[in-house]
Amino acid sequence: MTKTDIVEGVYERLGGFSKKEAAAIVETILDVMKDALTDGEKVKISSFGTFTVRAKKKRRGRNPKTGKTLEISARKVLTFKPSQVLKSLLNS
Amino acid sequence: MTKSELIEAVARQSEITLDRAAIVVNAVFEQMVDAMKRGERIEIRNFGNFTVKHYDGYIGRNPKSGDKVQVPPKRLPFFKSGLGLKEMINGRR
Repeated sequence: MTKTDIVEGVYERLGGFSKKEAAAIVETILDVMKDALTDGEKVKISSFGTFTVRAKKKRRGRNPKTGKTLEISARKVLTFKPSQVLKSLLNS
Repeated sequence: MTKSELIEAVARQSEITLDRAAIVVNAVFEQMVDAMKRGERIEIRNFGNFTVKHYDGYIGRNPKSGDKVQVPPKRLPFFKSGLGLKEMINGRR
């Protein structure tokens, strides 16, 4: 499933919008979520899951190809924790 | 940010009613859930990908009592953030 498929589904479910408008609204949804995450905010979608930005400290790692030790800089990573509802939907 | 706050922001920015925004937001996540139920991979460019991983069942132990328990096979969703979003989060854009 790609973004195009999602737009298609939204368009079919929702009368009164053109495909172009449906695409623009889906894009807005993603932009709003991205902005919140970029600000370091959690995004919690009930019965789906929670997106959280976590800060990682710098650490020593290894290039698996050359075996050389190098420092991995401090960075932020985005994690997703599925909700209980989603987990049970996938296993019912 | 919660789903209702997301809906409010979408309604404001797209200049549509709250009801319409709620329908679209719910439609997006419901479709994603349906795809995951089918075991399908979801690719959203500049945001990330969702995949469904399968785990075999195994015999585990209750760490407190030491009793054997059968852990059933299960499916779990995984998310990997896309390059664009990774860069945004790290302030490189």
